[in-house]
Amino acid sequence: MKKLGIVVALIVLIGAVWGFWRTKPNDAKIEKLVLTGSSTIAPLAAEIGKRFESLHSNVRVDVQTGGSSRGVSDARAGLADIGMASRALKDDEKDLLGFTVALDGISVILNKANPVQSLNKQQIIDIYTGKIINWKEVGGNDAPITVVNKAEGRSTLELFLHYFGLKNTDVKPHVVIGDNQQGIKTVVGNPDAIGYVSVGTAEYGAGQGVAIKLLPLEGIAASVENVRNRSFPLSRPLNLVTRTEPVGIVKDFIEFASSTQINDLIEAQYFVPVAR
Amino acid sequence: MSLSRADRQLAVLLRGCALLAAALVLLILLFLLKESWPVLQHIALIRFVTDASWHPVEGLYKLTPMLSATCYSTLGAVLLATPLGIASALFSRYYAPSLLAGCYRRLIELLAGIPSVVCGFWGLTTLAPLIGHLHPPGVSLLTGILVLTLMILPTVALTADSALAAVPAAYLRGAAALGLSRWGLIIGITLPAARSGITAGVMLAAGRAIGETMAMLMVAGNVVQQPHSLFDSVRTLTANIALEMAYATGDHRAALFVSGLALMFTVLLLVGTAELISRKRRYV
Repeated sequence: MKKLGIVVALIVLIGAVWGFWRTKPNDAKIEKLVLTGSSTIAPLAAEIGKRFESLHSNVRVDVQTGGSSRGVSDARAGLADIGMASRALKDDEKDLLGFTVALDGISVILNKANPVQSLNKQQIIDIYTGKIINWKEVGGNDAPITVVNKAEGRSTLELFLHYFGLKNTDVKPHVVIGDNQQGIKTVVGNPDAIGYVSVGTAEYGAGQGVAIKLLPLEGIAASVENVRNRSFPLSRPLNLVTRTEPVGIVKDFIEFASSTQINDLIEAQYFVPVAR
Repeated sequence: MSLSRADRQLAVLLRGCALLAAALVLLILLFLLKESWPVLQHIALIRFVTDASWHPVEGLYKLTPMLSATCYSTLGAVLLATPLGIASALFSRYYAPSLLAGCYRRLIELLAGIPSVVCGFWGLTTLAPLIGHLHPPGVSLLTGILVLTLMILPTVALTADSALAAVPAAYLRGAAALGLSRWGLIIGITLPAARSGITAGVMLAAGRAIGETMAMLMVAGNVVQQPHSLFDSVRTLTANIALEMAYATGDHRAALFVSGLALMFTVLLLVGTAELISRKRRYV
């Protein structure tokens, strides 16, 4: 038994040493680019980083999450080369430089069979907080409303709550969903459901003949175009933040992230590329 | 008895494998503890029971509604699948002509191989709207139980079938000699003789039902609440992890590992209970 233990320990040790040896960078000139901040941007930044690495073999991009506030404070303190903030910079953050790489917008969706054509802000708040529970109260059929909400931690939920001034504890959902596609499937399967998903996903789905409709907000149609020209109210910019005028690989990365070369990555994350 | 050289080598190898398998379980447990440690450090364990709701972003961590959702859905599915599965096994073993029984068994095996996402997708697009006509929103505890039943039914049916097949032929000949009817044979001889095998199959199925994630995520509605009726939307512990892990950070993430721990202890409890039950009835 003792012998066996020694053998196992030896094997583990050899494996660990070998693994370490293999992963040890043999090129000392490798530059590391650290991005921290918003968990909304992080998946996109990681994808951009992968493509950036494939073009610059001497660069390693390290993406860490922690929220927009961390992104801003890390960029300011120099802990990160680039901060990520999924909101516009506030007035007391004007000492930093922001570069908008994409826009994020969400649309309230209903089943196509639902006769309701539009809802105002207060009606949506009342539906989501359980004050309005039947469609006839907002001019629809006599049917109970099924409220579809997003799971905690999703950026769509955060943006939705922020826009309507709600807390998630106020929301009285009947169904909680994870990703956008599940939201669309749920609304398609239930004619009395109300939900919200990324504008990009919703518009694509509606264009493919999926039985949903996108509700206008404050009289402005929910469309990728209106998010792009920044007239749609339920949207926000996704910013990369730096403390000083970027130079070197930071500059290269931000220019790459702002170029049309990554529009497919932006759309794959259901965000909207910035107009150019 | 002294072992030969080859036997000794094999014994060492097998001991190593067994050690590895046992170590894995312990490692997983340790890993769960380590990942949930940050939140366990500054949040009393009791808060996972006494908090007002599950809103980890706002610092509320009530887990019990999800624990009961997991228990209810598993219990419901096992209650439905056990009689159906045993009936299916009895049919293919004792009532169906051999050709039909063979085809039927292949069919059940096929059912066992359907991936859980497919079951979930079917539940979401077909079953949920149907139940939604009865009582909105459609995605509910009932839908979850039905989809789970569908998924664990083949496990129960196949294990019960092989347990029945393992009943010694001498028992059957004895029953025939006594002039028992087929029903009398089943009730009096084969079912009691196959009981431990069938129980093991049901426990296996219950384990699968507890651990099922994708299908429950799609059909159970995922609202964290104590269900008051079968039509209420519920969230299971597994669905909770899958739903929120991708975007969770800090304490939220650690709290999800606590739900993993809770799940692990539920399974432990289940296995322990099963062991107790089977030990009591070892005389069969």
